[in-house]
Amino acid sequence: MAATEQIALALPDRRSRARRAHLVLGGGLALACLLSLAVGASGTSLWGALEKLATGVPLTAAEQTVLWTIRMPRMLLAICVGAGLAVSGAVLQGLFRNPLADPGIVGVSAGAGLGAISAIVLGAALPAVLSGPWLLPLAAFLGAWGATGLLYAVATRRGRTSVATMLLAGIALTAMAGAMSGGLIYMADDAQLRDVTFWQLGSLAGATWAKLAVAAPVTLAALLLAVTLGRGLNGLALGEAAAGHMGLPVQRIKALAILAAAAATGAAVAVSGGIAFVGIVVPHLLRLATGPDHEPLLPNAALLGASLLLVADVISRVIVAPAELPIGIVTAILGAPVFLWILLRRRGLVDL
Amino acid sequence: MLRATDIRVRIGGKPILQGVDFRAESGQVTAIVGPNGSGKSTLLKAITGEVDSTGGLEINGADIRRRKPWELAAIRGVLPQAAVLSFPFQVGEVVRMGLRAGISASRSRLPEMALAAVGLEGYAGRLYQELSGGEQQRAQLARVLCQVWEPLVDGQPRWLLLDEPVASLDIGHQLVVMQLLRRYAEGGGGVVAVMHDLNLSAMFADRMTVMARGRVTASGAPGEVMTDAVLSATYGCELRVNAAPAGQSFLLPHMAVAP
Ligand SMILES: Nc1ncnc2c1ncn2[C@@H]1O[C@H](COP(=O)(O)OP(=O)(O)OP(=O)(O)O)[C@@H](O)[C@H]1O
Ligand SMILES: [Mg+2]
Repeated sequence: MAATEQIALALPDRRSRARRAHLVLGGGLALACLLSLAVGASGTSLWGALEKLATGVPLTAAEQTVLWTIRMPRMLLAICVGAGLAVSGAVLQGLFRNPLADPGIVGVSAGAGLGAISAIVLGAALPAVLSGPWLLPLAAFLGAWGATGLLYAVATRRGRTSVATMLLAGIALTAMAGAMSGGLIYMADDAQLRDVTFWQLGSLAGATWAKLAVAAPVTLAALLLAVTLGRGLNGLALGEAAAGHMGLPVQRIKALAILAAAAATGAAVAVSGGIAFVGIVVPHLLRLATGPDHEPLLPNAALLGASLLLVADVISRVIVAPAELPIGIVTAILGAPVFLWILLRRRGLVDL
Repeated sequence: MLRATDIRVRIGGKPILQGVDFRAESGQVTAIVGPNGSGKSTLLKAITGEVDSTGGLEINGADIRRRKPWELAAIRGVLPQAAVLSFPFQVGEVVRMGLRAGISASRSRLPEMALAAVGLEGYAGRLYQELSGGEQQRAQLARVLCQVWEPLVDGQPRWLLLDEPVASLDIGHQLVVMQLLRRYAEGGGGVVAVMHDLNLSAMFADRMTVMARGRVTASGAPGEVMTDAVLSATYGCELRVNAAPAGQSFLLPHMAVAP
């Protein structure tokens, strides 16, 4: 009896804890931003520069270049990619009612990659008006959107998604997109090949204000759309039929969820080449800490995803300095064990 | 009033409902009974719009198919036969989802009242997935209750459409839930419940509709429907109905012994 009372009292805690987490994670993101601006291969000191700014001393040209042209866009790009991937993961998981959905694992990133490579290789054949800085992210978005829609059609029957079908369909999608990308690369000329390789290497190292100008608005729009889906995704957890009975516009929620996840993944993949596991680790940790309610989960995932990617980026910069480790390696080392852990814990409960 | 006229449902080319006429009055509990696979759940799904059907569907005098999902959610709650839930939500969180679906969203104490009504007081902080089957079923019922808590709103009845609400409950909780449904009906609301327990149906329902092979074979007051002939033909086995001294029909399971 005492135990149930205690648990009953703990109920409002989970809601207020999720709201407190907004603040904590916001603070964490601010710290991660400072870290990202302060750490780098050149010995430029953020604090020195801030001190100069405060006292009115002009910055040296080197300081300006390093802080403003290199580190600042890189920091903002990491925020976009991290927040985008984490929210995309949370949305896909809500849509598939499955904590193992991650854009990198279920083939959404591969679809975006196929779109990006198509843009690089086939873009040259398009009339000049159509090719521009927008072509690659747009193609990545369309690839991600197609992959998500296809995955949903294949893996979900009568509102239930089988884990096995989803993961296997993800493997098939990834393989298919890989094969088509391979075909395109085979067709590509030397200059396009260089572009493709450069894009595939991804990482945030090539961050520029121009890249940011393309990725940031799309990511922001996707995030704003995603945070309105919280209640709908909660309803979907009860199954599509029950969500409909509760008055939720199920088809619209699903379409918007696919759109938001595809836009966020597409933008992230277009600028960073696809970074796996952020989308799975971040929502999972948050669900453990504050529960599965999507309304606080989605904004929290954006905050934590951005922080995580900033920290991973700093690690990738310092661990083998002055060289850089591709950031995908860092996130995979952090993320793959978490993925296995979820899989192992669920094995007893759900037969795949 | 809830009225379905000449409802036909085909799934994958197979006729499941073949012209079903069904009506339920507000202020009453209406039970739908019949053997497995007779189309009870399908009828309920046709009424809620979950499966496509042809024929007339009316709730409180309005065409169900023309209503928006959120308008319907404000006047009727639906309990599916097999409820599912992904992610480790707490019981209180599940019940609150029902609260937000209805029109009583401002009443923050409603989830607790709904949980208490189904005998789950103190369960709000428990993880839904760690409840027993019967407890989960009652938690889902609490969610549905939360959605349409007041049986009457602005003189309009609200409806509980329940697919086997007491199927996996112990006898004590079966009575708790059936009494709850009675009170809801007496408060002016309408209750439609798919049932397997004929005795409970006879005890608590005002009307019973009997289905077999996608058709309605009988409907009326329990005393009219619960006859040896109707039940034996419907269920395909020999059944004998008895009358309690108070006039209530009841059925004791018995096996026909071959002579
Ligand atoms: N999605 C479907 N696809 C194919 N057939 C279906 C489908 N849903 C129901 N049926 C068939 O329709 C018939 C009626 O099913 P329904 O679920 O309505 O039965 P029921 O009366 O609710 O049975 P129970 O008492 O077992 O719940 C069954 O023969 C079933 O096989
Ligand atoms: Mg049924």
